[in-house]
Amino acid sequence: MLIQINNLTKTYQRHDGAINAVDNLSLDIPKGSYVTITGASGSGKTTLLLILGGLLQPTSGKMKYNAKELDLQKEKDMATFRSNHVGFVMQSFALIPYLTALENISIALNVKENDKDKNRKRALELLEWVGLSDRTTHYPKELSAGQQQRVAIARALANNPDLLLADEPTGNLDPSLSEEILGILKEINQKQGTTVVMVTHSPMAAEYGNTKIQLKNGKLQIIKN
Amino acid sequence: MRLIDLTIKELWHRKSQLTSGLLAITLGIGVIVGIRTISVVSEKAVAVNLDNLGANILVLPQATSVDNYYSADIDAPTFPESYVEKIVTSTLPGVDNMSPKLSRRVKIGNENIVLTGILPKSEIASKPIWQQNGIQGNKVNASCAPKPGTAPAKYLDPKLQRKGIQDLAESDCFVGSAVAQRLNLKEQGTLTIEKKSFSIVKVLPETGTVDDDRVFANLHTVQKLLATGEQISAIEIMGCCSAISDGLLSKMRNILPDTRITTIGQIVSTQIETNRMMNKISLVFLIIILFVGSISIGNYIWANVNERRKEIGILRMIGYHKRHIYYILVLKALIMGIVGGIAGYIVGTLAAVWLGPQFIGIVVSPIYTLLLLSIGLSIFISVLGSLIPAYMAGKIEPFSNMQED
Ligand SMILES: Nc1ncnc2c1ncn2[C@@H]1O[C@H](COP(=O)(O)OP(=O)(O)OP(=O)(O)O)[C@@H](O)[C@H]1O
Ligand SMILES: [Mg+2]
Repeated sequence: MLIQINNLTKTYQRHDGAINAVDNLSLDIPKGSYVTITGASGSGKTTLLLILGGLLQPTSGKMKYNAKELDLQKEKDMATFRSNHVGFVMQSFALIPYLTALENISIALNVKENDKDKNRKRALELLEWVGLSDRTTHYPKELSAGQQQRVAIARALANNPDLLLADEPTGNLDPSLSEEILGILKEINQKQGTTVVMVTHSPMAAEYGNTKIQLKNGKLQIIKN
Repeated sequence: MRLIDLTIKELWHRKSQLTSGLLAITLGIGVIVGIRTISVVSEKAVAVNLDNLGANILVLPQATSVDNYYSADIDAPTFPESYVEKIVTSTLPGVDNMSPKLSRRVKIGNENIVLTGILPKSEIASKPIWQQNGIQGNKVNASCAPKPGTAPAKYLDPKLQRKGIQDLAESDCFVGSAVAQRLNLKEQGTLTIEKKSFSIVKVLPETGTVDDDRVFANLHTVQKLLATGEQISAIEIMGCCSAISDGLLSKMRNILPDTRITTIGQIVSTQIETNRMMNKISLVFLIIILFVGSISIGNYIWANVNERRKEIGILRMIGYHKRHIYYILVLKALIMGIVGGIAGYIVGTLAAVWLGPQFIGIVVSPIYTLLLLSIGLSIFISVLGSLIPAYMAGKIEPFSNMQED
């Protein structure tokens, strides 16, 4: 198992009372699997994904990575966990606007490796892999939505993560571009063996997964393998 | 791409904001550099002036009013010339070039002039302005000007010895430049005062002081002419600054109890006062700028942090630690500090060079050592200002890029 979570709960305090965005949830994610998560808006999909990626501290519960317990409350450890093992792809691409495509990727590489030339070479490779070798010096606003998402995917892969987390990666794209991006994610999962967890609204996109999860009010409703 | 490259790119990306962020610190540093430059140069100018004007201690009769140092001796009551010997025999350290004087207003035709009797041997030696202009070739090395980096001048230093000239002949005179102009006098000509004819040895160069309105003749001739006996109205003394501050004046007052002893500093003190004020003002400015500068840089960085919440979230998401966020913000402040320090130095120096001659009438040249100080100060201010915003930025959640847009 790449990830095992046990009795995970995330409670938000709001003016109208506390809400369990993730409610006592347990789940195993095998190495190399492709998990898709669906559910109504507000069902806790993003919250779960953030916890899986070490971006958000749960209120209670445990999480194991490669059978090793993670100290979820230790901010520093979680930052290291992110840079070593996790890549993120967001609906809004999350690129830094004043950096070029190439720089957006090499700034991620720089977290672990500060050899400039090495990083540049690796960033070029990644851009080529997502089919953007002719867009290296373009800024995000000079790229189409699909191209921006491909840069974001290349960045997510920069440090060879074991786990790729995607939160509605096609939410801002039209259907044909969506298919292209979904194809890339599938390829990453199949060819590189990277474990992919993707949150999506689209039932069509959800079909790409080999494990399909549906959430309701922060609880697992359906698991289909 | 390293974090330093990112920082520089971000600075460049938000150029217009950077300019306004830099403005406060540049102006602040500029004001300090400007004031410092002018006050340092003007302190030097005061010292040089004191030296150029010759004597800086004046012994006057008790009853004299001393509104103006340069004209206090005119028509003053008198005291015996033998007082000079009293001072000489007392062997006070820090006293040299005593110049006894007797001054009286006289009429030549319709013009009022001041006839001053001097003993030129000492008088001329204590007036370097005259020497510079070629009256005598005597070397005057003494200077009261505090020389930076040297020990306080000791008066007994042989370098400080001044040589006088031979006596002014009984019927020779020197004519001040204003007198020469008004009476249309030329060198080698003659001048009749109170029925006595003097030959004009030299027309003195302009000094900008009352000396320009004077005719100088031998003291003893003047005493005879005015029938005063062996009386004088003032003794000018070249005192050493360090000796003056060591209480020379009160020692002299003990020797000559029935006189009034004053220094040029007490009367021509406006410029010295101004300098003192400038120093105080620059200290006040320094404190204000420390506060205002740090707060305005802090404010600028804080606005920058808020604008970059999403970006900071992205950096945290891809694995950067809090300390990396601190680093990029403090680094940004550091760069702004360096740029602001250099720009402030340039602005302040240019302002001082341009305004100096107009406001206080002295030529101001740049002080290069201030550059390092202003960079250091500027870095201190901006890094100080960035600390709180950087700390707050570390608290931005790594996923905040998703909560927005
Ligand atoms: N920072 C927060 N503070 C308070 N409540 C929050 C916060 N973030 C999420 N929530 C609440 O937690 C619940 C789950 O939110 P989450 O974003 O995980 O839902 P989601 O399934 O991703 O929804 P969507 O499909 O609209 O993206 C929601 O009720 C949401 O309002
Ligand atoms: Mg969501």
